[in-house]
Amino acid sequence: MTATARVPGNAGPGPAPAPFDAERARKDFPGLAARIRGYPLIYLDNAATSQRPRQVIEAISTFELTHAANVHRGVHTLSQQATAAYDEAREKVRAFINAGNASEIIFTSGTTASLNLVAGSYGRRFLKPGDEIVVTEMEHHSNLVPWQLIAEQTGAVVRALPVNDRGELERQAFDQLIGPRTRIVALAHVSNVMGTVNPVREIADRAHAQGAVVVVDGAQAVPHLPVDVQRLGCDFYAASAHKMYGPTGVGFLYGRLDLLERMPPWQGGGGMIERVALEGTTFAPPPARFEAGTPPIAQAVGLGAAIDYFRTLAGESLAHHEQDLLAYATTQVGQLPGVRLIGTANDRVSVLSFLVEGVHPHDVGTVLDARGVAVRAGHHCAQPLMRRFGVQGTVRASFGLYNRREEVDVLVDALGEVRKVFG
Amino acid sequence: MNGDLSELYQSLILDHNRAPRNFRVLEGANRHADGYNPLCGDSLSVWLKLEGDKIVDASFQGSGCAISKASASLMTTVVKGKTREEAGEIFANFQRMVTGQPGASDDLPPRLAVFAGVREYPARVKCASLPWHAMKAALEGSETERVSTE
Repeated sequence: MTATARVPGNAGPGPAPAPFDAERARKDFPGLAARIRGYPLIYLDNAATSQRPRQVIEAISTFELTHAANVHRGVHTLSQQATAAYDEAREKVRAFINAGNASEIIFTSGTTASLNLVAGSYGRRFLKPGDEIVVTEMEHHSNLVPWQLIAEQTGAVVRALPVNDRGELERQAFDQLIGPRTRIVALAHVSNVMGTVNPVREIADRAHAQGAVVVVDGAQAVPHLPVDVQRLGCDFYAASAHKMYGPTGVGFLYGRLDLLERMPPWQGGGGMIERVALEGTTFAPPPARFEAGTPPIAQAVGLGAAIDYFRTLAGESLAHHEQDLLAYATTQVGQLPGVRLIGTANDRVSVLSFLVEGVHPHDVGTVLDARGVAVRAGHHCAQPLMRRFGVQGTVRASFGLYNRREEVDVLVDALGEVRKVFG
Repeated sequence: MNGDLSELYQSLILDHNRAPRNFRVLEGANRHADGYNPLCGDSLSVWLKLEGDKIVDASFQGSGCAISKASASLMTTVVKGKTREEAGEIFANFQRMVTGQPGASDDLPPRLAVFAGVREYPARVKCASLPWHAMKAALEGSETERVSTE
């Protein structure tokens, strides 16, 4: 287990903080008060989507109630207020991931759209037949399928970095697979199935040495790790708001400005143009070039509020809290008879995948649901990884800032029930 | 086990999950279909032997959860000896029962009533109906069909 203390948006070391107060944080999340089949909700599906704190809900609601107008269009006051709120959210994202320039932040509908944008714009413009796109065996389908699609259109080839038995990338393969033909390396910062933290910097250095660009799927990293795109050395970084306590429907793409400036638009429409004539159109500079149509304005404001919320949390102590939950869950679940853990990397965030011998993950998920425990069961949109481990699916418990050890105890107890039902 | 759960995982379902009946490739089958649920990755194959309009034998293989496996197993025992039309009617009835729609008539073979608990777990309806979709595709198709729940 890593001892490194990390918290999103707070990369620097500081004085030792007080222990994280999960009980207090829980009060911010109205969704956690739900009762499921007569039991209190135990929400362990944070890697799918996290609950939203009142602060985020209220920021969206305030915007909709008092500032609702379109952005970048109106001369009227309300539109200017909406534009200011939207631009402020962009600046918050910039600071959150330490990008050098707010123009490097593009709002999208989420990680999937962000990755498709890179593939559809950068990939389509610059890939040639025989070029190689290197992904990994642990990618979520959203960081694999867009590359397969663009490879088919451009004649490029997709290759995959293998995963070892612990669920880490096989380091020996880096030099074999990242070579002179590599143009793009696309990888998850954190595995959505196993929580493995990948060595982005190490891979980025190799990729850059070959003249390739590095695209990082950060969807599972942003809720758990401080992200500094400059230190990571990546060229693109994609994430969604709804996995980091923000709303659905919005996410962002960070792209290095010099790259964005050379990229063609991804979608055409309003807001992304410079000058339009029937004979042809010139395009706005980034980020507007990549934001065709009315963006999810209220949601972007909600994302900004989620970033503010992180900043109010107690620094390093949150990372300690999540690592404690992960260590406790790994021990408690891992010692149950017939349980096999999938993914035991040294460096992990609070995501735990496992199997109960002889019981299909969906049946485990249903028995847990009957006790109010929400987990994800299935292939987690990572079928190549399932094949790598020779399994059809896993049960995944993923922990957020509001989870507590006693919830792990209920999970373990409910897993005992699984054994009782299925003998 | 709490109420809903014991309704769902009735002993007949658990029994068919542990020891599925007709779990084999069917010798002499003249109809076959693969069923696949892209949401969960569950897949199973159904084989039928048709003589005229009658299903004289049925079998299945594949991997899936307890609900889909037990449903496939019970289905093969139920449709054996039925005509195409009868099998189709049983499926329609079964579908109404697991989705909690009115009109699941009393004609439903009593064994299939064990799946009534599925309606309390909407996420699991497709598990129960996957083998039936495959059976229907096998009946309607010429030789080999592939059907998806999506």
